[in-house]
Amino acid sequence: MIRDTSAPAAPAHPLPVLLPFRLTAPQRRFPPLRLTLLHALGIVGLGLLIAGGAHAQAGVNQLSAFGVIIKWFPLLMSGFLFNILISVLSMALGTVAGVGLGLASISLSTPLRRIAWGLTQFFRNAPWLVLLFFAMFMIPFEFRIFGVTIPFPDWVKAVIGFALPVMANMSEIVRGAVGSLPSGQWEAAESLAFSRRQTMWMIILPQCLKRMLPPWMNLYTLVTMATVQASIVGVTEMLTLIAQVHAAEGGRPDLLAPLYGFAMLCFFIYCYPIELWTRRLERRFHLHQ
Amino acid sequence: MDLVADWFRHLYDTTGINLTIVYDPYDRQRFLSGLGMTIYLSVVSIIISTIIGAIGAWAQGSPARAIRAFVNGFVVLFRNTPPLVQIFFFYFGLGQILPRVENDDGMMVQMISNVQWAIISLSLFAGAYNVEIFRSGIEAVPRTTTEAAEALGYTRLGVYRHVLLPLALRICLPALNNNLVNLLKTTTLAYAIAVPETLYVSKQIWNDSQNVPVMMTVLLIVYTALVGILVYIMNRWERFLSIPGYGQGAAR
Amino acid sequence: MAADPSVSQNEYGWTPDQPLIRLVDVHKAFGSLQVLRGVSLDVRKGEVICIIGPSGSGKSTLIRCINALIPVDSGTIRVEGQEVNDPDLDKLALRRKVGMVFQQYNLFPHRTALQNVMMAPVHVLKQNRKEVEVRARALMAKVRLQGKEDVYPGQLSGGQQQRVAIARSLAMRPDVMLFDEVTAALDPETVKEVLVTIRELAEEGMTCILVTHEMGFAREVADHVYFTDKGLIVEHGPPADFFANPKDERTKAFLGQVL
Repeated sequence: MIRDTSAPAAPAHPLPVLLPFRLTAPQRRFPPLRLTLLHALGIVGLGLLIAGGAHAQAGVNQLSAFGVIIKWFPLLMSGFLFNILISVLSMALGTVAGVGLGLASISLSTPLRRIAWGLTQFFRNAPWLVLLFFAMFMIPFEFRIFGVTIPFPDWVKAVIGFALPVMANMSEIVRGAVGSLPSGQWEAAESLAFSRRQTMWMIILPQCLKRMLPPWMNLYTLVTMATVQASIVGVTEMLTLIAQVHAAEGGRPDLLAPLYGFAMLCFFIYCYPIELWTRRLERRFHLHQ
Repeated sequence: MDLVADWFRHLYDTTGINLTIVYDPYDRQRFLSGLGMTIYLSVVSIIISTIIGAIGAWAQGSPARAIRAFVNGFVVLFRNTPPLVQIFFFYFGLGQILPRVENDDGMMVQMISNVQWAIISLSLFAGAYNVEIFRSGIEAVPRTTTEAAEALGYTRLGVYRHVLLPLALRICLPALNNNLVNLLKTTTLAYAIAVPETLYVSKQIWNDSQNVPVMMTVLLIVYTALVGILVYIMNRWERFLSIPGYGQGAAR
Repeated sequence: MAADPSVSQNEYGWTPDQPLIRLVDVHKAFGSLQVLRGVSLDVRKGEVICIIGPSGSGKSTLIRCINALIPVDSGTIRVEGQEVNDPDLDKLALRRKVGMVFQQYNLFPHRTALQNVMMAPVHVLKQNRKEVEVRARALMAKVRLQGKEDVYPGQLSGGQQQRVAIARSLAMRPDVMLFDEVTAALDPETVKEVLVTIRELAEEGMTCILVTHEMGFAREVADHVYFTDKGLIVEHGPPADFFANPKDERTKAFLGQVL
């Protein structure tokens, strides 16, 4: 999410009113998000218990929801790790392509810039799920180059499908970061006779790295959370395995909430620390500005 | 109309571009109803999620610790779990547990339909982001402005309704805009619980007519257009709300 | 002028006895706003030129045109005989001869002070890093910043940053230095330390063009003062003359306000 960084408009003059006679002790209007991981784990755990407990009395020979999760824990975890793998590969692919596209979108060549802008907008405005379908159906299941057949299994196509929106968002991040640098940096480099390429790689981009890191990390959590959509197009990942576990346990309706709750918990434990870290970087960056 | 239909049939015969949604009344009907569902989901979720955001941001400033902790927990949880799993959790998890009710035809159905669950989960998901967005807007309003309102005798709710929220809304509109566009795109996830929205009907159509590339292109264009319309509306709203001399309005 | 065989010509047929910089009838507009409406001036080697005038009179645009940061609409600008207003201009070659210091310093915040000074000679001129470092340290000493070599720009005061910026420009061994209101963003106390550095440069014979609001400084160091208003040079002359008996009404009004 792009945070609004515009400075609040300072009033031109003090408002012509009296301040309250009895000022309350200066309190922060909002306490910072001081919710720890522990709180959140508690919330999720509570949800699990309630949902699981509702039908705990259901059968005699039946495992509790908790027992089912323990029993299938290794399988579910392997599914989750596969989600992480997809997210890492998509992010790597999308980042490389996105940096290229972003640089093209600020190039001096007008046609190149227009094309890059068009591609960026197109892939940024399309829903992730539609792009995933796009990749699944439009990429052949194998490629033939110089007589060598390179197979493209579904999960590889999914990686490409997720990399498309990553690319477009990354392109915007690069363009935004370069645009946010004061123009004096360009002028100074130019007046020192740096070529455009040198200016870009030695002056501009190194300074942008810091600015790009928080939105890049934010983008990564978005990809990670999107990877579950791969189950919709038939890639076996955590949600697919949950459906299979559910079937293997006799399709009891009371198991679904705890199972999906468990999936939420896994993603939460993985993504929330990244979000906290991102915020800390953002804050530090604002201080150093 | 027949002429147009004939032309598109001719297009299919000569080029292989099979736009059944133009010349086939049945497909056209399906596609339009899917488009309508997407718009319905979007509009309703946008409204509810914005209300959630406004109320949540207000509750975050509550003196009661429990309320603040609850709102923070909601925000943190819904921002850091996959929206698709949220939808599954609600629809499969909770929907299965709730008692079934008899509908008008005497059939036993789920108390809350898949469309309703989609709206609920999409609104909560986007609402969690909106709380954060409104909060950052509120934090950007100078403390002295609130103090001035308090000095005039406004209650806490009064300050929020008449001073803080109107100013915060104008500050955070770009971020809100962004999030609502995101919400529009997220409505495609309703596909997974068989809500007949645009993606769902498109898949039915390409399964029947074997015109995947054509429908895929149509889909991408349709969503780009929908996003474009939403951005246009939001920009108009932004301009309508802008106050001369305040925030970005000052630049004009 | 008879060619003196002892005076070497450069590739543009320029000899050191001609003006180092020559502007003839330079025009520039941003959209419908006429910023320069026919400016002509000559700068000889070793001269110090000060350009003064009310804000918005085109001073900053004028010196940015000299190193082709801003393209001009018409007229000629020659730097050592090289035509700046030429689509095929080798901008990089030009900028190696012309150093520039900005109002907002524009140091590269991700490099230390010393690295800022060394970057361009190493990367642009491809000079030996060791030799450049020796020179860069000497330049840091020259601008009285010994001991600040490994400090990042963000940790320096405005005056210190501006002196690093001057050293950074000098490291390219330019033939002429452009100063664009270099003290305008500084605290009054730190203005002096920057002016001292510039005066030393001027005394060593560096050709300097300054856009400035420091009238006392202009009177003291300039060889020639130009007054611009609304994109035109209204009046110019040696500082003693210029400040003592301004002739044009606009100059009188301006000097009356600022002195």
